[in-house]
Amino acid sequence: MIVTPITAGEVAKKVINKENFFILDVRNEDAFTDWKIEGESIQYMNIPYFDLIDGVEEILDQIPTDKEVIVVCAKEGSSIFVAEMIAEEGRDVSYLQGGMKAWSEHLEPVKVGDLKDGGAIYQFVRIGKGCLSYMIVSNGEAVIVDATRMTDVFIDFAKQLDVKITNVLDTHLHADHISGGRKIAEAVNGTYWLPPKDATEVTFDYEPLEDGRVITVGTSKIDIQALYSPGHTIGSTSFIVDNAYLLSGDILFIDSIGRPDLAGLAEDWVGDLRETLYSRYRGLAEDLLVLPAHFMIIEELNEDGSVSEKLGKLFANNHGLNIEDEQEFRQMVTGNLPPQPNAYQEIRQMNMGKIAPDEETQREMEIGPNRCAVR
Amino acid sequence: MNAAKVLDAKGLACPMPVVRARKTMKEMETGEILEIQTTDKGSRADLTAWAKSGGHEMIDQKEDAGVFTFWIKKG
Repeated sequence: MIVTPITAGEVAKKVINKENFFILDVRNEDAFTDWKIEGESIQYMNIPYFDLIDGVEEILDQIPTDKEVIVVCAKEGSSIFVAEMIAEEGRDVSYLQGGMKAWSEHLEPVKVGDLKDGGAIYQFVRIGKGCLSYMIVSNGEAVIVDATRMTDVFIDFAKQLDVKITNVLDTHLHADHISGGRKIAEAVNGTYWLPPKDATEVTFDYEPLEDGRVITVGTSKIDIQALYSPGHTIGSTSFIVDNAYLLSGDILFIDSIGRPDLAGLAEDWVGDLRETLYSRYRGLAEDLLVLPAHFMIIEELNEDGSVSEKLGKLFANNHGLNIEDEQEFRQMVTGNLPPQPNAYQEIRQMNMGKIAPDEETQREMEIGPNRCAVR
Repeated sequence: MNAAKVLDAKGLACPMPVVRARKTMKEMETGEILEIQTTDKGSRADLTAWAKSGGHEMIDQKEDAGVFTFWIKKG
């Protein structure tokens, strides 16, 4: 029987289509518990490869024959090693090409909507890590928001659409992933924007994103309006695009809200977070489509793989927006915080331009889920 | 550290450092220490988990100029 490589993109399509398949994850138990390929119809088995060195006979009866079997490891070496043993036992089996590293880096572009004067807004779903980036396109120009480290994907996508990237924005200084914003801006000779309150320690030039600042895309003047919305970080800024979309950064997600502790003390910023969610956002139109910078759980994905919801729906359904008692809210966002993202201090340093590790180290820094939210 | 055997697994990618460590360990006596040198970053977590799962003891480890060295006592 044969061993077939399967790409992260092919696995992403299966997850979005809610396909039934079987994952044999051969990383060690800690790594699997911490972070894995999530999907609504996936059946899992986790056995470290080093427990299978003598053969796979003992687990063969636990591997289904009626669904696709994909072996997964960190980089792919061990998954090939195990998959070959399974194939030798007469089974068809695939392995994830590039392993969880490739899974972490895969971006799936999805169109989320049109703009009034022509043009469109695209979401780049980093399905393995839960990061969401955006490209707003109008009349030959593009603006990118919260770009990830895989800058080629954005630059190539703009080329395919035949648009010129003019401005690159980050809603805040990220702590869970390395921003590709500055690198893209340099590559296309565009402008890189950051909220000044998040940028006090950065080592490079940037354009300050201040409250009420308007950035225009294309000749049809699609406005991107900056809205100061602190809480996840002190500088966190949201954008209202074309009076129809609210890019909420790491402040408001679909089924959760931003955590206030990754760049300082939770207690310091919890008040800002509440003010933003319960006062500033309340003043916005309820039919704005919220486009966050992350998702936490795979159930937050829509049918087409995108992540979005009307602001009014979130006011009704998102638990984090419905805690009347301020003390209770304070307790929720400071009392029971999830573990911090992997290497988050180093990632912040890198996003400030203070360190410049090689690509392999950058990959290692980004291992794991994003963990930017509290529920 | 008084290692009974030294395994050079530098330059090897996963799963080979653990596969070699396991093979070498089989030829050793309980209580003896195996020194392993690797350059694969993933080997740190994997050797630790493997040692635990096999009942061995990770005595010490260090990193120097991109080379990881582990001392594992056979259990």
